[in-house]
Amino acid sequence: MAASATPTGEEVQTPAAYEGTTSRRPTTHGRLTPWLFLAPYLTLFTVFVIAPIVYGAWISLHRYDYTLPGKPFVGLDNYLTLLRPGSITFDIFWDSMQATVIFTVTSVPLLLVIPLLVALVMNRSFPGRNVFRAVFFAPYVLGVAVVAVLWRYLLDRNIGLVNYYLDAIGLPGDIAWTTSVPAAWVALVGVTVWWTLGFNAVIYLAGLQDIPRELYESARVDGANGWQQFRHVTLPGLRPVLSFVTMVTIIASVNMFGQSYLMTEGGPGRATRTAIYQIAETGLRNYQMGSASAMSYVLTVFLMLLSLGVFWLFRERKG
Amino acid sequence: MSLETDPDRLEAGQIRGTTDAPPPAEDRSAGQGRGAGRKVLTYAVLIVLALIFISPLIFMVVTSFKTRAEAGAIPPSWIPNPFTTQAYETILNASGTPVLRWFGNSMLAALANAAIVVTTSALAAYALARMRFAGQRIVFGLIIATLFVPPVILIIPNYLIVGELGWLNTLLAVIVPTAASAFGVFFMRQFFLGIPVELEEAARLDGANQWQTFWRVVLPLSRPALATLALLSFLTNWNDFLWPIYVLFSPEIQTLPAGLSTLQSANAVRYDLLMAGAVVASVPVLVLFVFLQRYLIEGVARSGLKG
Repeated sequence: MAASATPTGEEVQTPAAYEGTTSRRPTTHGRLTPWLFLAPYLTLFTVFVIAPIVYGAWISLHRYDYTLPGKPFVGLDNYLTLLRPGSITFDIFWDSMQATVIFTVTSVPLLLVIPLLVALVMNRSFPGRNVFRAVFFAPYVLGVAVVAVLWRYLLDRNIGLVNYYLDAIGLPGDIAWTTSVPAAWVALVGVTVWWTLGFNAVIYLAGLQDIPRELYESARVDGANGWQQFRHVTLPGLRPVLSFVTMVTIIASVNMFGQSYLMTEGGPGRATRTAIYQIAETGLRNYQMGSASAMSYVLTVFLMLLSLGVFWLFRERKG
Repeated sequence: MSLETDPDRLEAGQIRGTTDAPPPAEDRSAGQGRGAGRKVLTYAVLIVLALIFISPLIFMVVTSFKTRAEAGAIPPSWIPNPFTTQAYETILNASGTPVLRWFGNSMLAALANAAIVVTTSALAAYALARMRFAGQRIVFGLIIATLFVPPVILIIPNYLIVGELGWLNTLLAVIVPTAASAFGVFFMRQFFLGIPVELEEAARLDGANQWQTFWRVVLPLSRPALATLALLSFLTNWNDFLWPIYVLFSPEIQTLPAGLSTLQSANAVRYDLLMAGAVVASVPVLVLFVFLQRYLIEGVARSGLKG
């Protein structure tokens, strides 16, 4: 039975290892064994995660065009151009950052609050609850391509369902949902909420079910009404879940791409072209990879600052 | 019955059939009439919301069975008249839009990706959960740290790396790079840590080595986690959009989401065709969802909470 990659001597180590450690974890193995288990993953991880992080920083220091032979070192030039008002790169990048901010600031609050309301309702017990849960979650399993193509149809100015029903209930029925702002933002945010609401709701729901019922009972005994129970039991109980959902939602919103690419094509003009969209186009369509890499590092710094802000916001507070 | 009975208990009751789950004791004698009223209201609101919520998907399917003229007609109809599969026949046969080929590409890519994620993650996670070795903390720390690295950092350099490997415009480009899943390792490690060590110790006492313990004891116990990870990886890969549209150029090598964008730019006003394409791209994930939704939703909830 001892036929394995582990060197002999394993057997000898066994009793000592069991006695000699305070942990209950078995620690008997050859020195090579863990690395053999890790090797397939670490190979992928090194080539497609670690190396690109370093490589990307290196690319950002060069005038790097995939299609041209020379890739001269330019130091921080790509970054400085991003910070120099008036340059073309400055304009397209910061316009796209502005689009990203508009989308994030408008979609995140909705994606935090609406799914919470849905989860609060779903947390009540009633027959058929799982069916509703499934209905609200279903759009999330569809890809952004399906979602965007579908909604571009529904939001079509002339033959779309949305304008037709708006008209039917007496509201303006000729809104150019995908070709004018701010309507395009309403469309992009609305579609995103419809698409991803279920994801956040499910995570909230799991969090709600972890809040001990006794807390609600004692709050009721103390005379707390529904709102007070929500404020003093539900919200504090959800804090770890809330911080997770906030973080995930912000990251997803900052990474918005497909909705804009397929529904508005970044338009009108470049109004809804987000930062990721701009980075992909600069790097992978125009092959200005040095510039695009610099953009991606600047965006990453922003994301990290934002994450720190969220951590700070949800830190454990005394009292 | 009160609206505020223990959700877990009721859920368990629903699974097993309500007979063996005794009705929870009523903890409030007052307010039962009000409770019933609220229940009706909750239902009404929920049903209306659910209908609005799901109607876009219904309309997508309905439109895919309409003629070109009816798909662009006002007022919109909810029942195709005449009912036709013309749109499907058109997209399946049109030379510029090999939808069946895209379907095959997506299926192959998503299955291969899920298989690689599950295999490499489970192996690595077992080493990290159950073995002691020099450098363990560094390896685990590094993997966890990359969970916080935004994917945008990887797009440009990975394009170049994939190019160096000669994988551009091949399915390998959409199968392999995204298989380095830090989430997968983290997810499986959490699961392995929850398995009682005693089971493995028993196997070890019977003379099994580390590999045999992993293969015969740990893996069989991990089926739910492995299935959840496979499902999530499949979904992610099947639906991936940004990466495929930039690394796959030829019409016949595209995946369905990338193909759908081609279909849209080529047939901007042929909504019958676009909806048929969207349905084809949705069917596998919706079928998976219908059969495994409970599993999937719980997988999402669990991975979210531990993340």
